[in-house]
Amino acid sequence: MYAQMVKTASNGVKSHDEMSDKERAFQGRIDADEKIEPKDWMPDDYRRTLIRQIGQHAHSEIVGQLPEGNWITRAPTLERKAILIAKVQDEAGHGLYLYCAAETLGVSRDELIEELLAGRMKYSSIFNYPTLNWSDMGAVGWLVDGAAIMNQVPLQRTSYGPYSRAMVRVCREESFHQRQGFAIMMKMATGVAAQKAMAQDSLNRFWYPSLMMFGPPDADSVHSEQSMAWKIKINTNDELRQKFVDQTIPQIEYLGLECPDKTITWNDEKGGYDYAQPDWNEFFDVIKGNGPCNKERLAARVKAWEDGEWVRDGLLAHAKKKAARVAAE
Amino acid sequence: MTRDEALFEFLLRLGDNTVVLSHRVSEWIGHSPVLEEDIALANTALDLIGQTRFWLGLAGEVEGKGRTADNLAYLRDAWDYRNLLLVERPNGDFGKTMMRQFLFDAWQSLMLGKLLTSSDPRVAEIAAKASKEVAYHLERSADTIVGLGDGTEDSHNRMQAALDDLWDYTGEMFISDEVDEVLSTAGIAPNAASLKEEWEELVGRILKDATLTIPDSSYAHKGGKSGVHTEHLGFILADMQFLQRAYPGASW
Repeated sequence: MYAQMVKTASNGVKSHDEMSDKERAFQGRIDADEKIEPKDWMPDDYRRTLIRQIGQHAHSEIVGQLPEGNWITRAPTLERKAILIAKVQDEAGHGLYLYCAAETLGVSRDELIEELLAGRMKYSSIFNYPTLNWSDMGAVGWLVDGAAIMNQVPLQRTSYGPYSRAMVRVCREESFHQRQGFAIMMKMATGVAAQKAMAQDSLNRFWYPSLMMFGPPDADSVHSEQSMAWKIKINTNDELRQKFVDQTIPQIEYLGLECPDKTITWNDEKGGYDYAQPDWNEFFDVIKGNGPCNKERLAARVKAWEDGEWVRDGLLAHAKKKAARVAAE
Repeated sequence: MTRDEALFEFLLRLGDNTVVLSHRVSEWIGHSPVLEEDIALANTALDLIGQTRFWLGLAGEVEGKGRTADNLAYLRDAWDYRNLLLVERPNGDFGKTMMRQFLFDAWQSLMLGKLLTSSDPRVAEIAAKASKEVAYHLERSADTIVGLGDGTEDSHNRMQAALDDLWDYTGEMFISDEVDEVLSTAGIAPNAASLKEEWEELVGRILKDATLTIPDSSYAHKGGKSGVHTEHLGFILADMQFLQRAYPGASW
C-alpha cells in the first residue's frame, strides 16, 4: 500500500442527521457508486483527505524509484537492465498521473513536492529499506508491488473519478511489475547456491516490511471509518494484509524458500493463514524518520530538486522569451 | 583485415557506444531536475540498451565464436571496448549530460542515416529501427540545448562550460582508420570522416540557436575506437559487470 496512515480530515463519521443538505446529497451519490468529478461539489474534508492520500501515493512512486534505481547500473544482463529501467520509468509515470489527479483537487505538483521535501508529507515506509542484493529487485516486484496491487485493485472503484482512472492505468502496469519480480525470484531460487542464498536473504528482509505496508492493525487504525464511508478506502488494513499473506505463502513454497515467520499455520476455520504481526515499533520508528534509508532517500530527492532548479528556471526563461518573440511577430 | 574482421570491429564500436552511454544516462534515473526528465532519460537509456542488444548480437554472429550480446557487454575488459571517449565522460550536471547527448545524437543520427543503405541487410535493418528512436533523441536533446543555452544567464553559462569541456571529445567521431576503409569500400558503412561536414552544419545551427559559441579548438582526444580509454571506463565496467564477474556461469 503506497498510502499508509493517511489522516482523514474529519472527526469521525457524521450521522445522516448531522449532515447538511449538500453533504447528504454527496454521500447519496457515493452510496450509489457514482463517481465524484473535479468540478462537483465535495466536502472540504473529502478534498483534503484525498489530497493527502493521492499526494502520498504519488510521492511513494517517486521515492520508490530510488531503491530500484540503486541496481540499474549493476543489472546482470542487458535484458534485465532493460526491464528494470522500464519498470522504474513506469513508477515515474505513475507519479505523474497521480500528481495530475491531485491537481484536479486544486493543489499543484510543486506544492506537493515542497511538502514532501520539507518532510511534512510522507511516502510509503517500505522505500526506507535498502536494496542489498540483486534478488531484492525480484522481492520488490513480487512482494512490494504485490502488496501495492492488493490495495490498488479495489481503489480502481474509489469514489473520486480522476483517482479511480489513474488506478486503472497503474494497476495494469503494476501487475506486469509483479510478474517480472516473481520471474527474477524464480531465476534466483533455482540458480546456483549463492543466488538461492540471495533470494532467501531478500525474503527475510522484505517479508515484515511488506506486511507493514498495509498500515497498523484495524484495532489501532483511527482514520479508516470516514475514508471508508467516502469510498476513498475500500478495505481495512487487516483484510488486505490477510489476503496478501494468503496469496504469498504458496508462492514462497513454490519457490522453495522459507518464510521468515515460523509461526505461519493454515487456519481451516477462517480459511486463511495465521501469521505473526510485524514489529509495529519498528514501523512507527520508520514513519518517524528512523528507518535505515529515510535520510538518504529524502536527501536524494532534495538534491535532485535543488540541483535541478537552474534547469527548470532556464527552460522557463526560454519558453517566455520564445512566447514574447512570437507575440512580437 | 578481412571484411568480417572490420565489420566485427565496427559493430563493437556502435554497440559499445550505446551500452556505455546508456549506462551513463541511466545513472540519472530518479535524480533528474523534473519528473518528465526522469521519464525521458529512462526512455533514452532504454532505447540505447535495445540498440546495444542488436549491435552486439550481430557482432557476436559476425565473429562466429558463439559469443552473445551479453557475453560481449559483460565479459570484455576496458581495452576490448571500442566506444568513443565522449560517451564515457562523467555526467556532470544535467546540462553537461544533455550536451554530451546532443553531440552524440547528432553524430548517431547521421551515421544511422547512412547505414540505412548499407550493403549488409542486417546492418540496414538495425539502422532502420534505431534511426526512428534516435531522431526523437536528437529532437529532444537539441530542444534542451536551445532551451538552456538561451534560458537564464546561469543556464547559458553552464551550457557554454559543458560545450567547452566536451568539444575536444567530438573529433574522434571523424577519424577514419582501416576499419572504415574496408567497410566503405564494401558499401557496408560510411567512412567516419565523411560525416564531419554534415555534423558540423547540424551542430552549428543548433548551437547558434542556443546562443552558444563553438570553442576555438580543433584538438581531438582519441583512443576509444582502438581500446585506449579514459580512466572512467574501468569504473563503469566494474559496476556493470559486477554480478557476471562475481558469479561466473550463473544464469540471471
